[in-house]
Amino acid sequence: MVDATMKSDAAALRADKRGSLQKTFQRKSTIAFLMTLPLIVLIALLVLYPAIYAVHLATLNKTMERFVGLSNFTFLFKRETFWMVVWQSCIFAITAVFFKAVIGFIVAHLVHNIPDKGQRKWRGMLLVPWVIPPAMSTLAWLWLFDPSYSAFNWIFERIGIDPVPWLGDVYWARFCVILVNVWIGAPFFMIMYLAALKSVPDQLYEAAKIDGANWWQTMRFVTIPMMRNIIMITALFSTIVTFANFDIVRVLTRGDPLDQTHVFATWAFRLGIEGGDIPLGAAISLFMVPILTIGAIFILRDIVKRGNEA
Amino acid sequence: MTAAVTTNSASAAGPRYGSMSNDRKWALRWSYFFLILFAIFFLTPPIYMLITSLKTSQEISAITNPWWVYNPTLDNYRELLSSNQYQRFFLNSSIVTICVVTITMLISVPAAFALSRMKFWGSTILGMGVFLTYLIPETLLFIPLFKMMAVFNEITGITLINRWWVLLILYPTLTVPFTTWIMIGYFASIPKELDEAALIDGANWWQTLTKIFIPVALPGLIAAMIFAFTVSWAQFLYPLAFTTSESQLVLPVGIITTLIKGDVFNWGQIMTGALLGAAPPLIIYAFLMDYYIAGLTAGATKG
Repeated sequence: MVDATMKSDAAALRADKRGSLQKTFQRKSTIAFLMTLPLIVLIALLVLYPAIYAVHLATLNKTMERFVGLSNFTFLFKRETFWMVVWQSCIFAITAVFFKAVIGFIVAHLVHNIPDKGQRKWRGMLLVPWVIPPAMSTLAWLWLFDPSYSAFNWIFERIGIDPVPWLGDVYWARFCVILVNVWIGAPFFMIMYLAALKSVPDQLYEAAKIDGANWWQTMRFVTIPMMRNIIMITALFSTIVTFANFDIVRVLTRGDPLDQTHVFATWAFRLGIEGGDIPLGAAISLFMVPILTIGAIFILRDIVKRGNEA
Repeated sequence: MTAAVTTNSASAAGPRYGSMSNDRKWALRWSYFFLILFAIFFLTPPIYMLITSLKTSQEISAITNPWWVYNPTLDNYRELLSSNQYQRFFLNSSIVTICVVTITMLISVPAAFALSRMKFWGSTILGMGVFLTYLIPETLLFIPLFKMMAVFNEITGITLINRWWVLLILYPTLTVPFTTWIMIGYFASIPKELDEAALIDGANWWQTLTKIFIPVALPGLIAAMIFAFTVSWAQFLYPLAFTTSESQLVLPVGIITTLIKGDVFNWGQIMTGALLGAAPPLIIYAFLMDYYIAGLTAGATKG
């Protein structure tokens, strides 16, 4: 592809030397190509090549000397932990994205409700979880969930609730992982939805009011249809990123108790890097591809559509 | 705005004015009430970090009220900031982040300029492709990259694993696609007349870029830089997978792997380290909030 452009450029230059306008045009396209070259090289070498290489790696045996076809995958299919990871990854992503969206939607409305001059301050405050590096804020959560010093359990004790085994029990640990993810991601939804809310023209609300619409009808027929695009695109993005999440699970539970909180990324890390079985790790991480592809197709469709409207 | 509309239509209705504005007042009160609840939820962990960081280990292990500091002390900060190890992490993180932001800008600004203004064969597809690569998560790439580095070492004899500078090559893959994408957007919004005027005045492409595009799109540039900064400061997976020696670690990984030693957790120091690690993005955020938000929301990002 690259060579083809260069060659056709050169050929065109030779063929048409007299038209100076044509020449500048050709030069311009060469310069433009050179300007994007670092970008192309970077992406080709460190994103596209590794992505394809992962497929190759997944077909090798543990020592990476022999081609074993799909046996890494059939091996995974026979393991109970694998199905648990599939299940956990999906539950994790779906629940987390759902609650992020709901909380983001509610908080955006609350911020939108208060007088304009206070909005900046509140928005600034509510976005803090998003600004702190996830690995650092998850440490704070880890400490809040500490088995013997949990500050939540301290409060529970005061008001007479039994202490909760936050990260010790499988279901609580799964809940905690999702909770932290929601905590980090909800502010992002809030900021996106707030921007969408602000872009709804006031005339629409006025018209709804005149037509006698109540609060629910206004929400159902004005706000949500107007925000539909941004709701969809934010949720899609978030699904992709949440599905591929690594930091939170890694810091909070490391997949424990008994590997029950692993998602694809952390399990691939455990087996591939820590366990030294690179092909198996690559095979696991490849299972993220279908979800990512579906998300990417939808996002791309939306972008193309928006591009056409503009 | 909405408030004004509501009161206007209410006053038009005449006698219902009083009840409408009362409703409005109550809606406002409830909004504040719930906003405070959400603010507590969102701010508890960072505040708890701060509370713990001001405690001595004795106070932490004495199980007093965890939400209150009885004997505030800055010992944790003093100890951490004077430890060579922590300084090393901070320095590594700073160097990596500054270099990555620079590299990112050097790659993405010319590319965005070319893709938004100088149409060439395949430029539309390339622009789309750039955006798609942003959707490929690093969790899919770290294992093949790990193997690639090992192979590279076998061929050339240059060790890449466990060298902090390898992050300078890897981080741009996380930042460049997105910064290019938002810079394309910013550049595309600059009126064509502006660069045509520059061309007529005899400016070449380089001058058009540096004298017109960069100054005009400066807000976008700052937003992109902040995005690159945030991503490289917070990145956790790549340094965790590719660096292991203490001298090579960056801050997030350093705090997590060295301060958490087996079962002995020095939580006062861990929280101090985490808070200091969160400080640079928080400070930038406090001063450049609008750029920050613009950078993070332009075209939608991770969440």
